[in-house]
Amino acid sequence: MTAAIRPAISACPACVAAPGAQALAEQALHAKAHIALSLPTIHCSACISTVERTLAAVPGVTSARVNLTLKRATVEAEARVMPDQLVKVLEGAGYEAHELDSGTLSVTQNDRAGRDLLMRMAVSGFAMMNVMLLSVAVWSGATDATRDLFHWVSAAIALPTLAFSGVPFYKSAWSALRARRLNMDVPIVLALGLAVVTSLWETSLSGHHAYFDATVALVFFLLTGRYLDHRTRAIARSAAQELSALEVPRATVLRGEVEVQLPVAELRTGDLVLVRPGGRMPVDGIIAEGRSEIDRSLLTGETVPVFAEPGLAVSAGEVNLTGPLTVRATAVGRDTSLHRMADLVAIAESGRSRYTSLADSAAKLYAPGVHILAALSFAGWYVYSWDMRTALNIAAAVLIITCPCALGLAVPAVTTAASGKLFRRGMLIKDATALERLAQVDTVVFDKTGTLTAGTPEVVNLADHPQRDIAIALALAEGSSHPLSLSLVAAAKAVGIAAAHVTDRVEVPGFGTQGLWQGQTVRLGRASWTGAAPGAETSAWLAIGTEAPRAFTFTDRLRPGAAEAVSRLMQQGIRVLLISGDSGAVVATLAQRLGIPEWQAEALPEQKSARIAALQAEGRHVLMVGDGLNDTAALTTADVSISPASALDAARVASDIVLLGSDLAPIAEALTTAQSATRRIRENFRLATLYNIIAVPVAVVGLATPLVAALAMSLSSITVALNAIRLK
Amino acid sequence: MEVLSYLIPISLLLGGIGLVAFIYTVRSNQYDDPEGDARRILNNDWDDHPKP
Repeated sequence: MTAAIRPAISACPACVAAPGAQALAEQALHAKAHIALSLPTIHCSACISTVERTLAAVPGVTSARVNLTLKRATVEAEARVMPDQLVKVLEGAGYEAHELDSGTLSVTQNDRAGRDLLMRMAVSGFAMMNVMLLSVAVWSGATDATRDLFHWVSAAIALPTLAFSGVPFYKSAWSALRARRLNMDVPIVLALGLAVVTSLWETSLSGHHAYFDATVALVFFLLTGRYLDHRTRAIARSAAQELSALEVPRATVLRGEVEVQLPVAELRTGDLVLVRPGGRMPVDGIIAEGRSEIDRSLLTGETVPVFAEPGLAVSAGEVNLTGPLTVRATAVGRDTSLHRMADLVAIAESGRSRYTSLADSAAKLYAPGVHILAALSFAGWYVYSWDMRTALNIAAAVLIITCPCALGLAVPAVTTAASGKLFRRGMLIKDATALERLAQVDTVVFDKTGTLTAGTPEVVNLADHPQRDIAIALALAEGSSHPLSLSLVAAAKAVGIAAAHVTDRVEVPGFGTQGLWQGQTVRLGRASWTGAAPGAETSAWLAIGTEAPRAFTFTDRLRPGAAEAVSRLMQQGIRVLLISGDSGAVVATLAQRLGIPEWQAEALPEQKSARIAALQAEGRHVLMVGDGLNDTAALTTADVSISPASALDAARVASDIVLLGSDLAPIAEALTTAQSATRRIRENFRLATLYNIIAVPVAVVGLATPLVAALAMSLSSITVALNAIRLK
Repeated sequence: MEVLSYLIPISLLLGGIGLVAFIYTVRSNQYDDPEGDARRILNNDWDDHPKP
């Protein structure tokens, strides 16, 4: 919402005195609010009008517009309209809705670069059509004055077009030359320049051949490739940003005696922050009030919740499970340990650029080759005929014919097709070279908690308990929203057990639930609270009066598709490893259940990335799949990395591919798609080379006419594009 | 061949109109939601009078 993009108005003196006044001052200044909502389930024209009508009916909303492509709604409203209110209204109308942080979104909203490319592409496309019309007349036999006139008109169209549409190439070639390197754009610019100069010269001498059509067509095809490439990445970027925007950075803070909702960016150290059950810690701090349990699995990989009481230090990113907590902030924003680790990842990220993409390695071979070839044919013809004009014409023809239309389309056409296909299967390719790196993978390393497992517990030993005990446990669990209780209730109800009659039920946050059953005290909760000795497994203990406590043990539920993904990877002959920060027994059980032969437990973040580095030293290409903060180092070390959408922001930033759904099965499929995409890219390079092998001798010998150049260029580009669509 | 002196300017003009129209569509954000716009045509909401 607007809160995140509002400038801090601390200039007003009253605000410092009474922080509550700041919120009021802001509200008065910004009477309008822009609210962005994510609507993952909308799909039809009826959905559009229902959502728009529902939103517009809310008092205070001035306008609402749905974008079906992005599955998003933007709402303009008065400041008093709160996003949660709109979410509730939409849920009432049957649509799932989530608030998006417009501060995070605004970065992608105006895709200036994309629009710029599209405009340049359109101009060159229109120019190409017109110049081609005139050229067809020349090819079909216009002579003398008519031909000259047509050439001049073509020049009048082509020159301004090249000046406008060619800018991206000039810029990139210039920056490459300044860094004393050669890239694909240097021969392109040289070809354009030389072709224009010779064509102008020929036209002024009423010569037969002018290459205006070829230059404009060249620019059009190359811009098409660039635009495809840009759009693929822009879609991935905006989807990735939407994931981050789903976590609206707002916190409830006690200022004086009043509870205020503030953006996390405006929190200060010393603030008392309220964290409700189910909420994530926005700051590092020390618990000032309340008892609860804390889930640290995203940070450490441990599945057993930690008991929390006043005085315990907590870090941002941990999840509060049972009771409300008040936390005194010791570090906020960029200083939290979560952020410091995320920053470390950003630094490590730059190390990944050691991978040279196929396109780059092709350019490295191609650019010098073309220059040498053109220079040689110029020198050869000059020595042979002592005629500057002929020699220059031939050199221009060689450059134009060899120009990398097909090479420019070879990679983007395939990656667009492959990313689109994977996106429909719920995978988001964030990095341009991720597909190529994915194709080489021969080893997959999985994290356990939150990756192979869903992070929701499942009762294992329900059948070991007498029905009376289960009925009492069910009665106690029903009153609690603790994840273990919820799972116990679901499991007990599934086998058809009714709750026993328990009275005086109270939940003691951080410990468990207590009640009275047939005059005896019954407790369901932590081991120490029920009088049992704590074990290694996640368990809830049931104590009935003075009887010995019994344990309900839990295991983490498998993520859907986890077993399938692992078995399919193993079938493909890929080495699969499980490395987790959790305790040995739990990891061993899971490894056995999924049939993973190699596993490592209680791994610290550094040990995870060291293990991956060791695998790489053996010459293996490693894919890391992980979700927690303890995985981020490993995610950056690996050749390529995948994280689920439920992962921490830092982990998603560190990985190349994000799994949008909760299903893991697409991972195995992604490997196959990546391999076939890379195969297509190589085929495309081979096609482009083959076409050059045929066309270059024709040009060097001096037989190339503008007609031949235009035909060859279009044919090769279309072949390459069609080959890309063949991708399965 | 005099006909060329009409036809060439006319073809250039038509091409130019197409280009200007395209630039207008890009500038006014008409490519932001291609899927939604395709569905909106089938919507009966503003058939009688345009959206105010």
